[in-house]
Amino acid sequence: MLRWIKPVIFLACLIPLARLAWKGFHGMLGANPIEFITHSTGDWTLIFLLVTLSITPLRKLTHLYWLIGLRRMFGLYAFFYGILHLTTYAWLDKFFAVHEMLADIAKRKFITAGMTAFTLMIPLALTSTKGWIRRMGGKRWHALHRLIYVSAIAGVIHYIWLVKADLHKPLEYAAVLGVLMLYRLVAWAARAKLNSKDAAGVKVEALEI
Amino acid sequence: MLIKRAGDIPSSEITPKDLYLNRRKFLAGAVIAGAAAATGFGLRELASPTTIVQAGNKIDGIKKSTFSTTETITPYKDVTNYNNYYEFSTEKDEPASLAKNFRTRPWKVKIEGLVDKKQELDVDTIIKMATPEERIYRHRCVEGWSIVVPWVGFSLSELIKRVNPQSKAKFVEFTTLNDPSQMPGVRRPVLNWPYVEGLRMDEAMHPLTLLCFGMYGEELPNQNGAPLRIVVPWKYGFKSAKAIVRIRFVEKQPINSWNESAPNEYGFYSNVNPTVDHPRWSQAKERRLGEFLKRPTLMFNGYGDQVASLYSGMDLRKNF
Repeated sequence: MLRWIKPVIFLACLIPLARLAWKGFHGMLGANPIEFITHSTGDWTLIFLLVTLSITPLRKLTHLYWLIGLRRMFGLYAFFYGILHLTTYAWLDKFFAVHEMLADIAKRKFITAGMTAFTLMIPLALTSTKGWIRRMGGKRWHALHRLIYVSAIAGVIHYIWLVKADLHKPLEYAAVLGVLMLYRLVAWAARAKLNSKDAAGVKVEALEI
Repeated sequence: MLIKRAGDIPSSEITPKDLYLNRRKFLAGAVIAGAAAATGFGLRELASPTTIVQAGNKIDGIKKSTFSTTETITPYKDVTNYNNYYEFSTEKDEPASLAKNFRTRPWKVKIEGLVDKKQELDVDTIIKMATPEERIYRHRCVEGWSIVVPWVGFSLSELIKRVNPQSKAKFVEFTTLNDPSQMPGVRRPVLNWPYVEGLRMDEAMHPLTLLCFGMYGEELPNQNGAPLRIVVPWKYGFKSAKAIVRIRFVEKQPINSWNESAPNEYGFYSNVNPTVDHPRWSQAKERRLGEFLKRPTLMFNGYGDQVASLYSGMDLRKNF
């Protein structure tokens, strides 16, 4: 399953970028192409973050355990579109004026949130290889990679804080993220309960959420 | 001493198994819906509306104006497909299609408040009050982009003079149509509808302030504020109210919609000012649509020679 589906999804994940390139080449990015690219790459960063966070719940709920084989790829695509998004800002909006960018990060809280979201993805991308998992050990690696929760939350806050008045799109992202985080909270609470029952010597059927 | 064991969960706190499973199903449904929605966001992002170019009726007898800039005019298709018109949509590429069937006739404008001649005027009567002029103005959005538009209209003062405002009238308030049946954007409370804008009397009487009903030599396209709008070139674009149905003369400063929505971000005056930042972004530069590099924003959008005197002695940092 995974062997043929993975390359297909890999290529499909490049469609948003290919489309930007194609539209750009044909002058179809609208009246403000740079704004279009900024919004598009930002949207895709968040979408890939949410898709990455969907993998664990989905595989447990649907028992499609092979989905785990796609998680790293989705995570790296989130990072990839995040790099494009940040590059668009640094280059096409700020023209690499470092002092302006630093002032932005310090003064504008939506930039602070966005930078936080991006920065937290860096260690995750760097340690995404099998070698790093081995070197760090599964437990520590998992602990580190929980940073994706913070990154996704910061990313959604970045979006909420930047819109002028209409919150409905960022709140849709927030709702999906909320569900995915709620799942983890419930799973964690169920596990905690199970452990406490075990401790009390109550025999329970192993439940998996 | 009583040592409670961890296992002492009162039976009342134990969730019955069927309820537990229901919750589990609910959560499962929510997660799957959430994952589907994440993919849906992607598909929505990929599907952006196409550019619409529609020609309107020509306006005859347009006079040139010395107020016009000689800068390059922004292409018509950009000005008609990049619109902040929240009554239709908060996406700038959507008003072009959503306003396509907007009814601009018959159209009445109420003249109310502190005026001798309170009345309801037909838009076609207003348009004939004075000779139409072409005014090529810079237009700077508070978001940091700008365009150059050849508007058609005449000074708002032409209308104001004809309705005799009373001496107590210190401000003019403009109200935009609020029609949920035609304007999908007002069905959601993004702003406190109807949209309201206002000017101080001397600003409204300033010859640069345009009562506008056309652009590019033609009738105003619906997405640009047809049939009648205001254009105030030295202020951020949101001050230039579209699709006006009421002009009211008042003593107290009107509460304009954006100021009401976020008072720390949008003031009443909203003069273009590169030295006063929006709390969330700098106003020092702007991107002229069609240009790659950003250009510096000019004080009063470059109309300082004509309008700076209106604000002499005022702290523009406080009165932003």
